Amino acid sequence: MAKYLLLKHYRGAPAAVNNVSMDHWTPEEVTAHIQYMNDFADRLRENGEFVGENALAPEGMWVRYDGEGRPPVTDGPFAETKDLIAGYMIIDVDTPERAIELAGELSAAPGKDSKPIHEWLEVRPLYGEPSLVSE
Amino acid sequence: MTVPLDEALLRGLVPGVLGVLVRRGADFAAAEDAVQEALVEAVRTWPADPPRDPRGWLVTVAWRRFLDATRSEAARRRREDVVDVEPEPGPVPDTDDSLHLYFLCAHPSLSPSSAVALTLRAVGGLTTRQIAEAYLVPEATMAQRISRAKRTVADQRLDQPGDVGTVLRTLYLVFNQGYSGDVDLVAEAIRLTRQLTEAIDHPEVAGLLALMLLHAARRAARTAPDGSLVPLAEQDRSRWDTAAIAEGVQILQTALSRDRLGEYQAQAAIAALHADARTAEETDWVQIVEWYDELVRLTGSPVVRLNRAVAVGEADGPHAGLAALAELDPSLPRYAAVAAHLQERAGDLATAARLYADAATRATDTAERDHLTRQAARLNTALGS
Repeated sequence: MAKYLLLKHYRGAPAAVNNVSMDHWTPEEVTAHIQYMNDFADRLRENGEFVGENALAPEGMWVRYDGEGRPPVTDGPFAETKDLIAGYMIIDVDTPERAIELAGELSAAPGKDSKPIHEWLEVRPLYGEPSLVSE
Repeated sequence: MTVPLDEALLRGLVPGVLGVLVRRGADFAAAEDAVQEALVEAVRTWPADPPRDPRGWLVTVAWRRFLDATRSEAARRRREDVVDVEPEPGPVPDTDDSLHLYFLCAHPSLSPSSAVALTLRAVGGLTTRQIAEAYLVPEATMAQRISRAKRTVADQRLDQPGDVGTVLRTLYLVFNQGYSGDVDLVAEAIRLTRQLTEAIDHPEVAGLLALMLLHAARRAARTAPDGSLVPLAEQDRSRWDTAAIAEGVQILQTALSRDRLGEYQAQAAIAALHADARTAEETDWVQIVEWYDELVRLTGSPVVRLNRAVAVGEADGPHAGLAALAELDPSLPRYAAVAAHLQERAGDLATAARLYADAATRATDTAERDHLTRQAARLNTALGS
């Protein structure tokens, strides 16, 4: 049992196979895509493998500490930022193989011409609890 | 006057009560729901109005809840062939029920996480919310996991013999999950394993209980006040729970005298040898290596071989440990951590520092990661690099 983060990128992932941006699909294709994503999440809920998901707006900014008594410095957004995360889902599964299988399914979401996007998803294990038996 | 509720005592009654309902003809899934409802009712009313016969009270309330649910279900389906007669209550042996319940909840057709969830609810009497909190998943997710598990075993009968091995693996998983949420899964795993020893006479069940007691005995000393991990060699042994150690050792000795060795007894024997040493230096590493040899023979597990390399390093020196390590697959979890420790003891601090840093990136929990990072930092600081 372990939790994994499935990360979807706006930018920064290697190019998908069916790599046409969403605004060049038909409205029906957009609807079909969203339906696929919702069905996928529902299936995980029914499986007892769903932990959480969120979509992230592309607009954001960078913030850093600027010294005692000063307000934080903000900057951006930077159009050239290489890595831009679009959203994430967290799953709780029995094996790493199951995490890969599910990421594969998610990547098969339909895009242009109703064909799977084959987009690259990043799969990252979450840290768990330390186990009591270790030596 | 209110009496504080002994929750462990209450939950200890669960398997027997569930068994009675099933023997009266309730199907497992519905009976389990009814017992949960009776538990909720008990938690609400017992402090102000404790029953004279807690088990009888639970059976009566759970059976009533089951009938109510069956009736409303039947009404919904407009059917009339409902079980409606209250069968003769009476004293019934329930150790077999209890045992069969463990088998059912750890049935080989269930995935490990489903078996864990179902065992904690149906045998342990924990609520779905408590289980969800302990495993850090939403309550709805845990509810689905449990109801799917119930559907998976719906066709199994509750009076079947089963596989002790899968039951022990399930309880071991619960124990090793540690501690999060308001339920102490370590204590719960010990309680369930102890209860299992009362239902079946099996040296490996005793071995697992001994193993749990011996490891739990060191729990307080494993973590510093700031939450960081304290390795075995550096633990304050005066903080070990001597009563738990004594009980674990005694259970283990009885089990070993039966001469049916298994992996849990062998693991417990190793834990007992650690517990027996008043200081880290007094540890009998030679005997520990012998037990690891037994464990390798019993399991063939690469993780056991890795731990054996650590023991060999202590018994015969770091170079012998490194030689044992060289035979293993470097992609094993904690391989780099073991290699780092042995290299440091062999005097190659630069290699050890690099390996500790590498091991930190492969840790699967933050306490382990931070511990390894500190080890790397300590050596790099000493090396001035």
